[in-house]
Amino acid sequence: MNDTASAALPVRLVAVTRPPAPSALSNALVFGWRAILKFKHLPEQLFDLVMTPIMFTLLFTFVFGGALAGSTGAYLQFFLPGILVQTVSFNAVYSGMGLSADLGKGLFDRFRSLPIWSLAPFAGLMVGDVLRHLIAAAIILAIGLVLGYRPEAGVVGAVAAVALLIVIGFGFGWIFIVLGLLIRTPTTVMTLGFTLQFPLVFASNTMVDPATMPDWLRAFVEVNPISLMTTAIRGLMGGTATFHGITLALAAPAILTALLAPVTLWLYRKQ
Amino acid sequence: MNDLSRAAVLPAVEQSAALAVSARGLVKCFGEVRAVDGIDLDVARGMIFAILGPNGAGKTTLMRMLATLCSPDAGSATVMGHDLVTAPQEVRANIALTGQFASLDEDLTGRENLLLLARLWGFRGRAAAARADDLLAAFDLSDAAHRQVKAYSGGMRRRLDIGASLVVAPGVLFLDEPTTGLDPNARHGVWRMIRALAAAGVTILLTTQYLDEADQLAARIAVIDKGRKIAEGTSRELKAATGSGFFHVVLADPARLAEAARLMEARLSGPVQRSAEGAELSIMARTPKAANEALAALIAADIELAGFSMGSPSLEEVFFALTSASRECETIEEEAA
Repeated sequence: MNDTASAALPVRLVAVTRPPAPSALSNALVFGWRAILKFKHLPEQLFDLVMTPIMFTLLFTFVFGGALAGSTGAYLQFFLPGILVQTVSFNAVYSGMGLSADLGKGLFDRFRSLPIWSLAPFAGLMVGDVLRHLIAAAIILAIGLVLGYRPEAGVVGAVAAVALLIVIGFGFGWIFIVLGLLIRTPTTVMTLGFTLQFPLVFASNTMVDPATMPDWLRAFVEVNPISLMTTAIRGLMGGTATFHGITLALAAPAILTALLAPVTLWLYRKQ
Repeated sequence: MNDLSRAAVLPAVEQSAALAVSARGLVKCFGEVRAVDGIDLDVARGMIFAILGPNGAGKTTLMRMLATLCSPDAGSATVMGHDLVTAPQEVRANIALTGQFASLDEDLTGRENLLLLARLWGFRGRAAAARADDLLAAFDLSDAAHRQVKAYSGGMRRRLDIGASLVVAPGVLFLDEPTTGLDPNARHGVWRMIRALAAAGVTILLTTQYLDEADQLAARIAVIDKGRKIAEGTSRELKAATGSGFFHVVLADPARLAEAARLMEARLSGPVQRSAEGAELSIMARTPKAANEALAALIAADIELAGFSMGSPSLEEVFFALTSASRECETIEEEAA
């Protein structure tokens, strides 16, 4: 820093006219823009995002498909809606990890000292989440189509399924946001989140028909929100969706949002 | 608390509208610990005010409360005339905070960080870009504008961090330990920047654990220890209150330090300060005559001196004198209880 710059410029810098206060929506969109910039600067996250669903889809279809459903094609038809739910639920971890990292570095202190809508940073996280879910869903659907998956309900069914997926992802997002607010190490957020999610995701109907499971497990699988979500996605893509089924799938995201959004705000203000 | 300059503060206190920060009895507890324990503070507009104290004294907590990041458990405060608790959003519109740890997004470039903040303040499109570029130029970061902040040096981060606090002209700029961890060059750069900002009319409230920083920059200094303000005044007032007659001796033989300290304490009836390293002792001597008697006692005891002097205490000595005085009071209180 040279003397002339630091001595002369502040007067001009400080003489800036303030723009009018922006709206809450404008604040939220700015944080959304930040989430998009993260994709640009952290390509390794994008790699994770792209590779994990490709790997799971291929592995399950070709390794287990024949044994579980008689043929890989038949299994893919059953499994693809399930892998969509599984991927979206796991991908919700990113915003919680990002939040934990931001809080650890004191970045949120600056945000919290600004006269902005206090939930705007979370709205930004949600924008990033939605983008991630769209990317992952597009990749899985593309691979599915290449391997021979055909949604009976066509494009409309697939679009409706993706819309429901985003709502599901939004619901799961709150779990990780709360963990991100509570835990200062991003990797702990991930491990703890996955520990909670693994039993839910595997003890469900995403990968296998629960008919062969023991009674006690089947009882759990039938009320497991992941199963309800998978059934609804299958219904939307297969053209057999019922209003009742979709309502059941939306129950968990609705409850999570109603419960954890106020908790998030409270934790955030309390920091 | 030693109120060293009531007369000097009074005019500012009378017209509280002219105060950038005015706090009364602020308290913040974390469990059993009273991190901030009843602090009053008046900061006039347009001045550099330093909060000086050791680690864990409560400086950062005090600053976080004034920046609306945590709410006080007791007491009240206004910042630029707005109440901290009832009008936090108005307070936020009038302040900027540069935290102890760079509050920047490391993954984004320097320019993107400034753009983000400019847009959050309501600048749109070209105006936001122009503001970001202006700040980058002012802080000598134009060349690094498109580099990710994680690749910045400590000094560059600090500059960007302070720049990020000037997206709009804040009424009060809070700087939490602005030069901790910087090399001397970067440190002087930040000092120049702070002075220039104050000259441009920005009120600056900074915390520091460096006495020379407070001495160099601040028009007024509040000394904080264990959550309490133990003294406040200009650097000169603080030194004068501790006593202008500070007597220093350097022993030739460090082994006799304890003995020399005992002798000096007996002669001058006050606490002796030992330097952290080297065989140096300092003590307040109210008159040269008293110092002379202490010196004579040392010589009579055959303690060889490498040097001695009499003069104003450094801010460091002031600080130790004040903090040890406050600790003694506590001991007495505890014993009485």
